[in-house]
Amino acid sequence: MSDAPLPLTIIGGYLGAGKTTLINQILRHSNGQRLAVLVNDFGALPIDADLIEAQDDDLIALAGGCVCCSYGDDLMLALTRMRTLDPKPDHVLLETSGVALPGKIAGAVSLFGTGIHVLGVVVLADADGLPAQLQDSYLADTIIRQLGSADLVSLTKTDLATPERINSSRFNIGRHAHDAALVENSNDILHHVLSAETSRHSTTAFDAGPHHIELTSRTVTPPGPVDAHALAQSLADTDAVVRAKGHLLNAPDGTLVTLQLVGKRFTLTPADPALKPGIVIIEKRTGNASTAA
Amino acid sequence: MIKIFSARKILTMNPQKPHATHVAIRDGIILGAGSLEELEGWGKYDLDTQFADKVLMPGLVEGHCHLQEGALWSHTYVGFFDRMSPEGDMQAGCKNLDAVLSKLAAAEARLEDPDAPLPAWSLDPIYFDNQRVDRAQLDAISTTRPIGIMHASGHIMNVNSKALELAGLLRHGINHEGVPLGDDGLPTGELKGPDVMSPVSIHVGFDRDMLSCDEQGMWRFGKLCVRAGVTTATDLAARLPDEAVATLRKVTGNTAFPARIVPLRFHHGVSPEDLIKHVEALAPQSTDKLRLGRIKIVVDGSIQGFSARLRAPGYYNGAPNGLWYIAPEHLAYILETSLAKGIQVHCHTNGDEATQLVIDTMRKALRKAPSSDHRFTLQHCQLADTAQFRQIKELGLCVNLFANHHHYWGDQHYDLTVGPERAERMNAAGTAARQGVPFAIHSDAPITPLGPLFTGWCAMNRKTASGRTLGEAEKITLDQALHAITLGAAYTLNLDGEVGSIETGKRADFAVLEDDPEEMGVEGLKDTRVWGTVLGGTPFAAADV
Repeated sequence: MSDAPLPLTIIGGYLGAGKTTLINQILRHSNGQRLAVLVNDFGALPIDADLIEAQDDDLIALAGGCVCCSYGDDLMLALTRMRTLDPKPDHVLLETSGVALPGKIAGAVSLFGTGIHVLGVVVLADADGLPAQLQDSYLADTIIRQLGSADLVSLTKTDLATPERINSSRFNIGRHAHDAALVENSNDILHHVLSAETSRHSTTAFDAGPHHIELTSRTVTPPGPVDAHALAQSLADTDAVVRAKGHLLNAPDGTLVTLQLVGKRFTLTPADPALKPGIVIIEKRTGNASTAA
Repeated sequence: MIKIFSARKILTMNPQKPHATHVAIRDGIILGAGSLEELEGWGKYDLDTQFADKVLMPGLVEGHCHLQEGALWSHTYVGFFDRMSPEGDMQAGCKNLDAVLSKLAAAEARLEDPDAPLPAWSLDPIYFDNQRVDRAQLDAISTTRPIGIMHASGHIMNVNSKALELAGLLRHGINHEGVPLGDDGLPTGELKGPDVMSPVSIHVGFDRDMLSCDEQGMWRFGKLCVRAGVTTATDLAARLPDEAVATLRKVTGNTAFPARIVPLRFHHGVSPEDLIKHVEALAPQSTDKLRLGRIKIVVDGSIQGFSARLRAPGYYNGAPNGLWYIAPEHLAYILETSLAKGIQVHCHTNGDEATQLVIDTMRKALRKAPSSDHRFTLQHCQLADTAQFRQIKELGLCVNLFANHHHYWGDQHYDLTVGPERAERMNAAGTAARQGVPFAIHSDAPITPLGPLFTGWCAMNRKTASGRTLGEAEKITLDQALHAITLGAAYTLNLDGEVGSIETGKRADFAVLEDDPEEMGVEGLKDTRVWGTVLGGTPFAAADV
């Protein structure tokens, strides 16, 4: 058994955001990886009976070497158990409860020290439900704190939501998930989560701290004033770019503007001139990630 | 066989006959209370005069405590206040940090196994100018065995280097708000919050399930009940796996066990659907001394831990709002389903936003599943305002207020957490009484000591540990306090037809007192001496347990 740290990805988001659906997809597409999936309880997780090889109260062994474990109210015990599994899992996926703050859970997991390495926090947001959740005075701050802890936000249920709600959700994710990349396609999110094993060896990490999920970031500071709108448009047109933000000296008068870009959408707003120019670009790691900037 | 106890005075809590001198019992049931002449008609009897100079009350009912108190007494008590152990040993409070450390050193010297952990409990540094314990001080006691001290609040723990090492936390680079670092970049040994405490607590001798209780702990808990005059006590947040239920049934089934236990199934760690299924399966396993089938939902955290959910204007010191411990949709499901199925639910709500969520959710749930006598109860409900009490009344909810907390930590709430105005209205028993909300008051033992007479004193006087009277308008009367710790608490458990007053047809459960609470009065109630209890007609003397 190697002493390499156990890579762990946290999957958070409010009820109905699609966490269980994602977990099911992950288990069906493990492609030979030994995944260990930690869920709060088995309650809502329909695992096909023919996949189950063995089962006890809080652990289900699945065909293909994956396991699914319910941690109830003792996450630390479940994590300890993950470290003693033989063979060791390749990747642990931790599904949080709907009101949990993934950032706090990441902090708690980090207390495990070098034994477990948090790769990243994925927060799922329901495109149909998010605008209403952010209007709900009981929930809004919890949802905002969940988004704020994300490295990657997956906007789900876009097929069920009106264009207005999707736009509102995108806008709010850009506003509250400052450091996160956004993906809107369920295959993309699946790919991101499952390919964590390869990204772990990547040398790049973006500025959200220790987590990264097959995304790279770089900081760009144009030497002088640029046409901010044209630059933003070119970033928006580049498929690999999922997020960009920062400040730019706008041509021709050199006023400082703030760029916020999520996916294909961006805003340019006047910035405090005291701020330093420079933008951070977060992009998917692909073969040719070069952009117009 | 009929037995008639004579007493100096019997406070029946039955307004039809508030006082009596004799009580007749048969098969554990009260035949009647009154004069000897009034009772003789029941037939041949034995007159038992052992309580002839004592005062009887209905057995006291503690509506919010945890069996864990019994388990903790196998660890070293280092609290600030004198506290009676289950064995009746009045343990002197540790009045400064040196006293804490020397008590730990003495306990350490008694341990024979060199690897055995040394767990201690009930430390409260706010009473020594918030002087913190650090790792080095505990290392001076032992560097080879793990030492851990749980704070009185239950939210913070201090440990030594060995404990940190065993938990893998004695290292650089820890970045967690709950783990303060010293100048050397290593943890100071203070661990704040359950996330951080749980990986370490098992190494220092605390049970992984902090709220659980083993057989020995249950017997200790039973002794504490006898000393406090308690005959019915809740275990308010139990997981109740099969083996725990077997233990509960075994211990409470023993005729020598002196209390009725009401464990509520904690919502956490199980899906709402499975929770309902579990309590439905538990209910038929109830006995006269073990009452299963109720649910406890924890809606938010604690005020002093800044994890309670507050409405505007939020925390006095500007701390961000606390945490939900259940999703509103899950709360709604459990409340609705339980109303429809007749399962009773108690909801822990410390902050007023948590209280409001339950009020709002309950209003909708009652429309879907109308129920006129559900007795769902808000536990703690510490910050509710008058408008909320009016809604609580309208919805038929009960409250169980944390009167002891007001005494022990009221000053901290005044200065730090919620500020003067809300600190004065906390645990508003006076408002509950004025609005006609059925209410009880509680200790939350082991957070504060089990002792309803003391809890009654707290609610009547609202004196904080520093001597400040906090919330004059929320004081209650002696009658209200005595009601709260008997029928009031019994009502919240839907057991008021069975216990809580001394009247015909109810269980022969009594608190046997050396002093008369009516003479002790508002100022003196806490000093009422307890001889012991009677449970189902069987006397239990505190001196003998």
